[in-house]
Amino acid sequence: MAKLDLIMFEEEYKLLHEIIGRLQKDASAKVVFLVDKNGQQIAAAGDVKSIDATSLASLTAGNVAATDGLAKLIGEKEFSLLFHEGERDNLHISIVGKRGILVVIFDQNSSLALVRLRVKKASKELQEIFDQVEQRAQKESDSGNRFESPFSEITDEDIDRLFGD
Amino acid sequence: MTFINYASREINCKIVYYGPGLCGKTTNIQWIYEQANPDKKGKLVSLATETDRTLFFDFLPLDMGTVKGFKVRFHLYTVPGQVFYDASRKLILRGCDGIIFVADSQKARMEANIESIANLATNLKENGFDVRNIPYVLQLNKRDMPSAVPVAEMERLLRFRNEPMIEAVASQGTGVIETLKAAARQILMELQKN
Repeated sequence: MAKLDLIMFEEEYKLLHEIIGRLQKDASAKVVFLVDKNGQQIAAAGDVKSIDATSLASLTAGNVAATDGLAKLIGEKEFSLLFHEGERDNLHISIVGKRGILVVIFDQNSSLALVRLRVKKASKELQEIFDQVEQRAQKESDSGNRFESPFSEITDEDIDRLFGD
Repeated sequence: MTFINYASREINCKIVYYGPGLCGKTTNIQWIYEQANPDKKGKLVSLATETDRTLFFDFLPLDMGTVKGFKVRFHLYTVPGQVFYDASRKLILRGCDGIIFVADSQKARMEANIESIANLATNLKENGFDVRNIPYVLQLNKRDMPSAVPVAEMERLLRFRNEPMIEAVASQGTGVIETLKAAARQILMELQKN
């Protein structure tokens, strides 16, 4: 499985956006992020500009990975939920399926109970979309005939240009 | 595992700097951070001890520009080099697209280099990768040290798959960008193959 790239198309991306947008409102959260377990941000909703989203994604994935390691050390499969309580803001981190992490940042305008409730519902919906993405990738990988990649004609010059040569 | 987002037309690739303790992994990333155009780099995150030894990882996101209409973004990570942080190293390799192995050229560190490559192979395997075919670059760092082992000797000891081998002095920036470029080339060519 490690070899399969995560390829997301417009319609799946739109659905993910809708779900986390709804979650942010329903849970009265400040920001909601959907992050991939490898530390890449997939989607965000709410007051995103107030936070360095790239660092947040990478540190969240590190945090989840370390916690996963701890779980295995004591014989657990995983800890599916992490909660960090701050003076003003709180961080609710939960695992979605095999590759997603849902991060909800909220303050006193919401509560842990409400966030948990809403996250549970949203996770189920997100899980379905991840499953679709995975099934499609698996099918393409099995059949060997993958969609036409825009990178099939990448040249040495393209790469040189990235480095400003 | 590259993340290709067709909706926002972005490709995200994860490159991991690996190598024994104090070989210069963080120095490589710091140099890139200092040189990069402010609009193209994100924040450099370092999870280090009070004595500046990497505890978990360093992380630097870099916007590289566009290829075929897609924004290319590299996420650079380093692992902690010290032997006893092996559990953390394993976690950081998760979902990586390419490895830069930073070897310390000093004679006294040759055994540590060899051990670290063996450790890399084991940890990659546990993450479902094969060290023989993942995009991979060997950097011979600290070429300015008086006790630096000759290049041919290091090649014999450390080079195992005809990978690009680049001489460097990361503290002065020599060879740092060339190394990153060699890794980027392999990763993007891999996308072409797929």
